Amino acid sequence: MRRIEVDVNGSRHVRHVDERRLLSDFLRHDLGLRGTKVGCEHGVCGACTVLLDGAAVRSCLLLAVQVDGCRVDTVEGLAGPEGLHPLQEALHRHHGLQCGYCTAGILMTAVEMAGEAGPHSVEEIKQRLSGHICRCTGYAGIVAALSEVVGS
Amino acid sequence: MKPAPFRYERPSSLEEALRALEEAGDEGRVLAGGQSLVPMLNMRLAAPSVLVDVNAISGLDEIATEGEGEAEGEGEGDRRYLVVGALARQRTLERSALAASCCPVLPECLSVVGHVPTRNRGTVGGSIAHADPAGELPVALLALGGEVEVAGPDGVRRIGADDLFVGFLTTSLGAGEMLVRCRFPARRGAVGSGFAEVAPRHGDFAFAIACASVALDESGRIAGARLALGAVADRPLLVPAAGDVLGGSRGAEPALRAAAAAAQAAVDPADSLHAPAGYRRHLVGVLAGRALRQAVAKASEQLTKGGSR
Repeated sequence: MRRIEVDVNGSRHVRHVDERRLLSDFLRHDLGLRGTKVGCEHGVCGACTVLLDGAAVRSCLLLAVQVDGCRVDTVEGLAGPEGLHPLQEALHRHHGLQCGYCTAGILMTAVEMAGEAGPHSVEEIKQRLSGHICRCTGYAGIVAALSEVVGS
Repeated sequence: MKPAPFRYERPSSLEEALRALEEAGDEGRVLAGGQSLVPMLNMRLAAPSVLVDVNAISGLDEIATEGEGEAEGEGEGDRRYLVVGALARQRTLERSALAASCCPVLPECLSVVGHVPTRNRGTVGGSIAHADPAGELPVALLALGGEVEVAGPDGVRRIGADDLFVGFLTTSLGAGEMLVRCRFPARRGAVGSGFAEVAPRHGDFAFAIACASVALDESGRIAGARLALGAVADRPLLVPAAGDVLGGSRGAEPALRAAAAAAQAAVDPADSLHAPAGYRRHLVGVLAGRALRQAVAKASEQLTKGGSR
């Protein structure tokens, strides 16, 4: 077991974790933040994507002990007192989700894109979404929502 | 799908890391970006008893140029290298202005290595040390004729790309050694490179990969050509026959087609679920042609632009 100190969505958490604890499981089981979903657990599906010090990463491919001293942002941190994040609003409006399992990961990739120099072309948006597998809605609504916020 | 238990070491210096690796012997694995190793741990395809996390070592993430001949008027044989530290992230190299000017094929091939979230974390050195036959970076290192610097119990040594990849997921690094730097020859004079692959979807493992590097002499004839292939053998594969066919030619279509045929003859790809062997062999010909054509075009562009410089 190791002691780690992590800033998650602006709150400091100190925990003792097993060395083999994945960041995804640390968020879900140790901190109770179940917005981050776990799909394939080998980095392909994109469901578990979170921000680590501002960069999108697969939380299933990181050990919790590796984020000691870092800042992690998850989907729970997106909505504020004024309501949903503009990206969440856009997905809602464009019917960009059905079961919602892939949504948290897609949002974190979109948040990373929103922080980059834009605007992003539809082609770029589609390319970034290729790292996120959605099996129910199809991508049309997702692309439309992201285009509205981070597109040209 | 969780890793088996292991002892976790997080050294803060290269010396400590090498000591930990030496103590661990065969049971130790280096954890860099973890984008290939952690999936293997999760699926228990790998279960090392000691994991040496090298992410806390400072000074290993540099991207710089090195070598003589940086000034004008350098002599023959001087080489300049793009040096990439073992902890430089793939995404950082992909967006590096230095890489774009010294080795433009690197940002190009990096754009199809996994996805942005895996490239944000995945390292250049880790990808090369992992030696996946379907990895883009090992193929690029081989095509460019680069080398790696490895540190171990007996000090630091360099291994050329031609001697690095020895089998499936296997390099010639010895026990207790760790890759610390990758050295890619920087573009100079009338040199061009090309990259082409076919994958089922963007970011997926490719069915076949080709990367080429071509140097022209002052008269526009090919002075040297290197063609490397990925995903069609147990390791990234250099095709010396393609270079032999092209040497001395002007890189016209018949010569390019002969080189592509030499590439096809050099491989014996396996069937896979979505790409039977025959299709993969067909792709090798097509992709080798594309990569070489692109490399010749870029080298000619350089020749017209600046002569031999």
